[in-house]
Amino acid sequence: MASQPKILLNEVAKQFGGNVVLDGVSLAIEGGESLAIIGQSGSGKSVTLKCILGLIQPDSGSITVDGEEVVGLGAAAFDRMRAKFGMLFQGSALFDSLPVWRNVTFGLTQGRAVHGARMRAIAEENLERVGLDRRVLNLRPSELSGGMQKRVALARAIAPRPEIIFFDEPTTGLDPIRADVINDLIVSLVEDLGVTALTITHDMASARKIAHRVAMLYQGKIVWIGPRDRLYDSGNPYVDQFVQGRADGPIQ
Amino acid sequence: MPASKPAPALLAPFAAIGRLVIAMFAAIGEIALFAGRTIGRALLPPYYPARLVEQLAYIGWFSLPVVGLTAIFTGAALAQQIYTAGTRFSATSTVPAVVVIGMVRELGPVLVGLMVAGRVSSAMAAEIATMRVTEQLDALATLRTDAYRYLIAPRLIAAVIALPLMVLAANAIGIFGGWLLAVQKLHFNSVSYLSVTRHYMAWDDFRMAMVKAGVFGFFIALMGCYHGYRATGGAAGVGNATRNAVVGAFVLILASNFLITAMVFG
Repeated sequence: MASQPKILLNEVAKQFGGNVVLDGVSLAIEGGESLAIIGQSGSGKSVTLKCILGLIQPDSGSITVDGEEVVGLGAAAFDRMRAKFGMLFQGSALFDSLPVWRNVTFGLTQGRAVHGARMRAIAEENLERVGLDRRVLNLRPSELSGGMQKRVALARAIAPRPEIIFFDEPTTGLDPIRADVINDLIVSLVEDLGVTALTITHDMASARKIAHRVAMLYQGKIVWIGPRDRLYDSGNPYVDQFVQGRADGPIQ
Repeated sequence: MPASKPAPALLAPFAAIGRLVIAMFAAIGEIALFAGRTIGRALLPPYYPARLVEQLAYIGWFSLPVVGLTAIFTGAALAQQIYTAGTRFSATSTVPAVVVIGMVRELGPVLVGLMVAGRVSSAMAAEIATMRVTEQLDALATLRTDAYRYLIAPRLIAAVIALPLMVLAANAIGIFGGWLLAVQKLHFNSVSYLSVTRHYMAWDDFRMAMVKAGVFGFFIALMGCYHGYRATGGAAGVGNATRNAVVGAFVLILASNFLITAMVFG
């Protein structure tokens, strides 16, 4: 019997006020796999991610995680499901009003001021994993550079030890060197922690480095999916135009 | 199916009014649902006592200077106005009575409500709207934290607790302002002024002021949180949320003040 995919999307559709964003997206992600979804801005990458996370309800279709349907799941059941998820947001989405250590352990405390000493130790351990030391523990997110904020957000995403981590444009806004540092961190975390990873990005260098397979989303549909090594010779005109950054081609 | 015909030009103004009324009722419904959801979630754990204390300090303690200043100047101005008007009818002795009744029944609750709405409702809306547009609210959800319990309920409860206490303080300071002006500038006898003040200080008036303050506190936090939570679209969205929160809170304070007064004295 074939193994059950960790995440399975089947004909997922979503529109906003007549604007079709997802038009029957089907995708299977295996456990321990790292998959990147590439595509233009507005192609539906973030909406796909938010549908899986339950932040947006799809209009139709099915999304299963470990075989359990998540579309239409009640609040309590979804809360249990979210225990499997970690998420790195594009703009880091750190809580401005809290120090770094409380940001990192937020998923463990749900924002309650409990177990201070233990939480600081956990924060320190997770920050160490992303290359930050204890000097940042008491700083506010606004006191950190963009790259450091991404690392703190990464530490926050991994602190509850999720089974699946979602990365939303993890390298956007970073210079190429810092972007590569984040890519290396993602690769090592995915390998060390053995998690399933789903990344959305339009950074080709990032997609090639962190993903085992890459899928391309265009006008709400998956138009190509294949191993990362085939990204530059996919034979798909949409992928070719996108990865080469050409203005002429089927993508208008 | 044939396309629906556009309304005749003659009916256009009525159609516009109809749309406005429907939109207004839809908004009232949404706000009521938001409030109901917050109250429902606030009753269930996890609870956030530290957040409640933080909000009590922010809404109550840190608003005291501005509320105190407003109250002392208003009490003094009221005493001066009553004195000036009273000299025409030889009724200057009514100054302490009108100051205490005016402050406790109307000016204390309404001025505190409006000042706190300007200071707190706008800040709540701006903070929560910024969290919305920077995906911090989405981050809360992915970290299995209910925004209604974590962000909104502590603000709502703190405002309902803090406003009555602030109105008590404002009433005392306002009455003190009236006494200060009357004794220092208008040469009233201090003992008889205070005696008249005590005579007109009615428990029922204080009770009504406390009820008003609690209702105003609820509306202040509700408007700030609702408009912040529903914000969309970047910096402009934050600006719109802030403006709508303050305007909404002002309108609800003034309307509910009239309704409560009409119910008690009507």
